[in-house]
Amino acid sequence: MLKIDGITRTFGQVTALDGVSLEIGQGEFFALLGPSGCGKTTLLRIIAGFETPDSGTVTLDGDDLLALPPNRRPISLMFQSYALFPHMTVARNVAYGLEREKLPREEIRRRVGEVLETVGLSAHGDRRPAQLSGGQRQRVALARSIVKRPRLLLLDEPLSALDKKVRADMQLELKRLQNEVGITFVVVTHDQEEAMSLADRIAVFDSGSVRQVDEPVALYERPRSPFVAGFVGANNTFEGKVSAAGLDAGDLGELAGTPLDGLEEGAGALLCVRPEKIALREVPEEAAGPDAEPAAAPEELQEGAEGPAEGLEGAVLDVSFYGGVSHLSVDVPGHAKPVLVAVQGASAVRPGAKVRLTWDPRDAVVIPVPS
Amino acid sequence: MSPARTRPATALRVRRRLGAFVFLTPGLAYLVVLLLVPLALVLSYVFFQRGRFGGVVYEYTTENFSRLLDPLYLRVLGESLQIAALTTVIALALGYPTAYLIARLPRKWKTVALVAIVLPFWTNFIIRMYAWIILLNGPGLINSALKSLGLGPFELLYNQGAIVTGLVYSYLPLMVLPLYAAIEKLDPQLREASANLGASGFTTFRKVTLPLTVPGVLTGSLFVFVPSFGNFVIPEMLGGGKSVMVGNLIRTEFLKARDWPFGSALALALVAVLVVLLLAQAWAARRA
Ligand SMILES: Nc1ncnc2c1ncn2[C@@H]1O[C@H](COP(=O)(O)OP(=O)(O)O)[C@@H](O)[C@H]1O
Ligand SMILES: [Mg+2]
Repeated sequence: MLKIDGITRTFGQVTALDGVSLEIGQGEFFALLGPSGCGKTTLLRIIAGFETPDSGTVTLDGDDLLALPPNRRPISLMFQSYALFPHMTVARNVAYGLEREKLPREEIRRRVGEVLETVGLSAHGDRRPAQLSGGQRQRVALARSIVKRPRLLLLDEPLSALDKKVRADMQLELKRLQNEVGITFVVVTHDQEEAMSLADRIAVFDSGSVRQVDEPVALYERPRSPFVAGFVGANNTFEGKVSAAGLDAGDLGELAGTPLDGLEEGAGALLCVRPEKIALREVPEEAAGPDAEPAAAPEELQEGAEGPAEGLEGAVLDVSFYGGVSHLSVDVPGHAKPVLVAVQGASAVRPGAKVRLTWDPRDAVVIPVPS
Repeated sequence: MSPARTRPATALRVRRRLGAFVFLTPGLAYLVVLLLVPLALVLSYVFFQRGRFGGVVYEYTTENFSRLLDPLYLRVLGESLQIAALTTVIALALGYPTAYLIARLPRKWKTVALVAIVLPFWTNFIIRMYAWIILLNGPGLINSALKSLGLGPFELLYNQGAIVTGLVYSYLPLMVLPLYAAIEKLDPQLREASANLGASGFTTFRKVTLPLTVPGVLTGSLFVFVPSFGNFVIPEMLGGGKSVMVGNLIRTEFLKARDWPFGSALALALVAVLVVLLLAQAWAARRA
């Protein structure tokens, strides 16, 4: 539906977008994810017509979009700052786009009423934007964007100004709304959790380039580059060379993992494993004191001792309890950064305990490092 | 609340007020000496009879007020209003696009443009008025230029048009600056949002930019109207004394006719008109 091809835009010395190409399907909920300053807003502004690219094309259902002035594009942009008209009531703000289409007054009134109903602001039509809370303003902006029934709705960090609780509600609402109105949504965000929970597909941006376009699960489980692996969710990474079992991590030994297709043995690589995929077992002190119990769980120990060099051994540095999960950081000798492990519920392991970390080779992905 | 808690708070408040008073003193002194005292004098003169060689004779009368209603003086007042209003409208028509363009210039050009706007203030006012006389008079620059095109000559000087030209020229910066401040403050994304919702450039201006800059329009208009209305130098120099404005009349009454009480009555009438306008402006600005 929307086809972006080779878009480049520079501002003086800064390359905001560097040959970006994307294809977004009809009815899709698409997310542009990337750190602040990577060019996401610039791309939306090019699609909406407030910025012109140095090169590249944008087409909507085959029509050249760049040839149209902003007010002729069948696209709605919801601004990061909402950009509500402060001198108009909520209802007038929402009606603004319909009035420009010279629709009959009766129809405008009806559609404004409907859309305010949809976003739950029927009772607030007569208020000014200044009299609303952040979440309500965001809904007005959304209502104003969808009431024209655009073919494409662009949302620039729609939820970033809201606090955490409201944000979670609004995420659900956005999703519901998108199902309801069936418009193609392109949402920009720097919050990877938000992108994951909302989008059908995600494009990960880094300094003006698209690093990977994938469905959320694929992006999470099989990142294709170190940037994506580090940006999308917490990750533990180990450097080394591709080996038969996964990764030869030098002093740390062989680590189990699955190399990406086409990765040759011996090539420089990074092994990434998610905190929640790591199993953690306590290792009893070798020289147990006289009052030490004779091994709390012999079976587990047996299991842990199966392969001579399986997994990693380290000492727990810190345990933080987050309610549903606990995060443990484990210092592994020979590895600079502590390894992060997430376990369900409260953990009985105390800081200082010796632990062994293992994981299923299928849960660890080995990706190339650009040389 | 216990008195023990309120008392130190009150003391603190009083001390703060005193502090503020100290800082305000130079300004207050200025206001008292240069505004309130003359106003009080004018107010007191107006109820007495004129002295033979100026000054007042302390005999109560209301004649000065009834004279104001003389059609002769009402006409002068009306004409002054008309000239000031015309000046304001023209200054607004010229000033708005100027301010709008400056607000959209790249940052460094903005400064250059703003300096250019206030630059004429750095030259002596009288010299600038003489420059206008040279431009406008019979064989002046404009008429010679028109003549080479086979037009004219026109009567450009010593009429209402010349007065309005001079007033617009003098006070245009006072229109541009508040307008610039109002337009500059406007979030550019509002214009973009308007375009995104399908509005043309003109509709965006009419529905978004203009309504949101009304306070700037009101301030600029007041800044131009007030000095134009009471002006007497420009009408004298460019109007050739043919067309009298209320400012000229007041000056004549005080200095030539030596009728201080009636001059005071005229001055009060002028102040009254301006106070009404100020109140109207404040009311409109609050609603905008
Ligand atoms: N109008 C502009 N003039 C100069 N630099 C700009 C302009 N717009 C964006 N940039 C630069 O382009 C880069 C990308 O900006 P932006 O698209 O806003 O990033 P994001 O929305 O991903 O945070 C940034 O380095 C920013 O400073
Ligand atoms: Mg942005």
